[in-house]
Amino acid sequence: MLFRKASSPFISAQASVHSIMYQVLYALIPGTLAAIYFFGWGILINLLIAAIICLLSEAFVLKLRNRPIKASLTDGSALITACLLALALPPLAPWWLTAIASIFAIVIAKQLYGGLGFNVFNPAMVGYIVVMISFPREMTFWVAPLGAVDHWLSFSDTFSIIFSGALPDQSSIDSVTMATPMDTLKTQIALENDIESTRHHKVYGALFNNFGGKGWQWINLLFLLSGLWMIKQKIIDWRIPVSFLLTLLFIANFFAVSDYASYPSALFHLFSGGTMLCAFFIATDPISASTTPKGRWIYGMGIAVLVYCIRTWGGYPDGIAFAIVLMNITVPLLDYYTQPKTYGKSEVE
Amino acid sequence: MTTEQQTIVKNGLWTNNVALVQLLGLCPLLAVTSSLINGLGLGIATLITLVLSNTFVSIIRHWTRPEVRIPIFVLIIASIVTAIELAMNAWFHELFLILGIFIPLIVTNCSIIARAEAFASRNNILDSALDGFMMGMGFLLVLVLLGGLREAIGQGTLFANAHLMFGSAAEGLEFTLIQDYPGFLLAILPPGAFIGLGLLIAVKNSIEKHKSKKVVLVSAPVKPAEAPAQ
Repeated sequence: MLFRKASSPFISAQASVHSIMYQVLYALIPGTLAAIYFFGWGILINLLIAAIICLLSEAFVLKLRNRPIKASLTDGSALITACLLALALPPLAPWWLTAIASIFAIVIAKQLYGGLGFNVFNPAMVGYIVVMISFPREMTFWVAPLGAVDHWLSFSDTFSIIFSGALPDQSSIDSVTMATPMDTLKTQIALENDIESTRHHKVYGALFNNFGGKGWQWINLLFLLSGLWMIKQKIIDWRIPVSFLLTLLFIANFFAVSDYASYPSALFHLFSGGTMLCAFFIATDPISASTTPKGRWIYGMGIAVLVYCIRTWGGYPDGIAFAIVLMNITVPLLDYYTQPKTYGKSEVE
Repeated sequence: MTTEQQTIVKNGLWTNNVALVQLLGLCPLLAVTSSLINGLGLGIATLITLVLSNTFVSIIRHWTRPEVRIPIFVLIIASIVTAIELAMNAWFHELFLILGIFIPLIVTNCSIIARAEAFASRNNILDSALDGFMMGMGFLLVLVLLGGLREAIGQGTLFANAHLMFGSAAEGLEFTLIQDYPGFLLAILPPGAFIGLGLLIAVKNSIEKHKSKKVVLVSAPVKPAEAPAQ
């Protein structure tokens, strides 16, 4: 398969796809556990559905294409896609929604483009976008994080909501779901309520912690730590996360300072939604991201600008999937124009 | 029907299909096929244009000087499309409003001028008309198929808005495939058109591949006998 740690010309230690993918999977564990802790069993059920469907559809297409099945299934890439999807989809999403996202991610975005190493777009993000634009209602089935509400959905309740849509007695879909902090802030700002009053609102206030969304900030913090570990292990390059986070920090700070009441602080942007997951696990995808040093700086900045624009002025609460896919399109061009100079050669005329 | 005419029929419907092989006229194909009736409406309009333009181009083929043939073809096609546009505006007004800009844009459908240039300007009237009909039919079938697929997957119905085309009697024609279907918006949005067309082309190619495999199997024993003669 096509696998470059960075572009030429240098010798690098050979790393196998298998070992890298599994280290990424291990790095995803703490954040995923935190997500399950804060948002309940739904995340775990989604993870299982996504993993099963991803592996099955990968095996199916590989069989159609007459490719070795076992080697591709065990390399862990489909599991990473499943894990990213489960973390991105709402915890109470019906099972067929997770299944459609997984099938699109693996069949259309990954295998139809030629399989691992040839997919132009990040498979998990394509799967997410497909369900995001197709099922806007189901995509709002987020639950309130632990600590924001008193009641807690049991495993069997969650299971029946996901598989049959049957809600526990005396509750409606509106009583078990709640908007995410980002969505809440966006709605309230659109209603011209300033951020401080939203944060101390008697209902919505429960969604916010000292600097990010409740629950979200711990999940993001864990992803940040595992991301730093991956950089130390040299599994991912530091340039994309650093340029993405710095750019986002800079833009968010610029607007927050200019108008404190209607633009959330930079810290909120960094520790809410999928920021850290994006910075270390999605944007750094070795296949669909830029591979040159300069290209990676531009790639990270582009994602940050798009994420901020979509979050602030767009129609969706978080814009990571769209930002990633839009920047994936620019990668061939970025890589072409940012090739590092070969040692000993003068500037190409 | 002569063998030549059989080739024309086969070319138009399958071997040289406008939408699946030549990939011409993709703009209207992708834009209007959000439902079966929309696809059918544009398909019929394109079909009529193709038949008429091929016929007229063939009629005047002996008097058209090669230097000015393209402007003349364009004039003919533009007049026919204008007439069809006015007719649809008069009799199928609501469908006309849905199809909108894509009716006048039939003028720019490359397949029409391609057939005028490649076929009608050098063949007799009957063959040209047949070619126009079959090419239009191939295009129409793909439009209807893609429109039907996108409508069925996107909103779970078929023949929605049939009354726009066949009058109020056809309102009962609409049927719902799945009750309480939540709808799959992507199929109706532009990406659905691209993915759908890509899959149709893939299906066609795989059928051809399957066919050619059979041919090879049948002809395989013959080959060793031919080899010494070469």
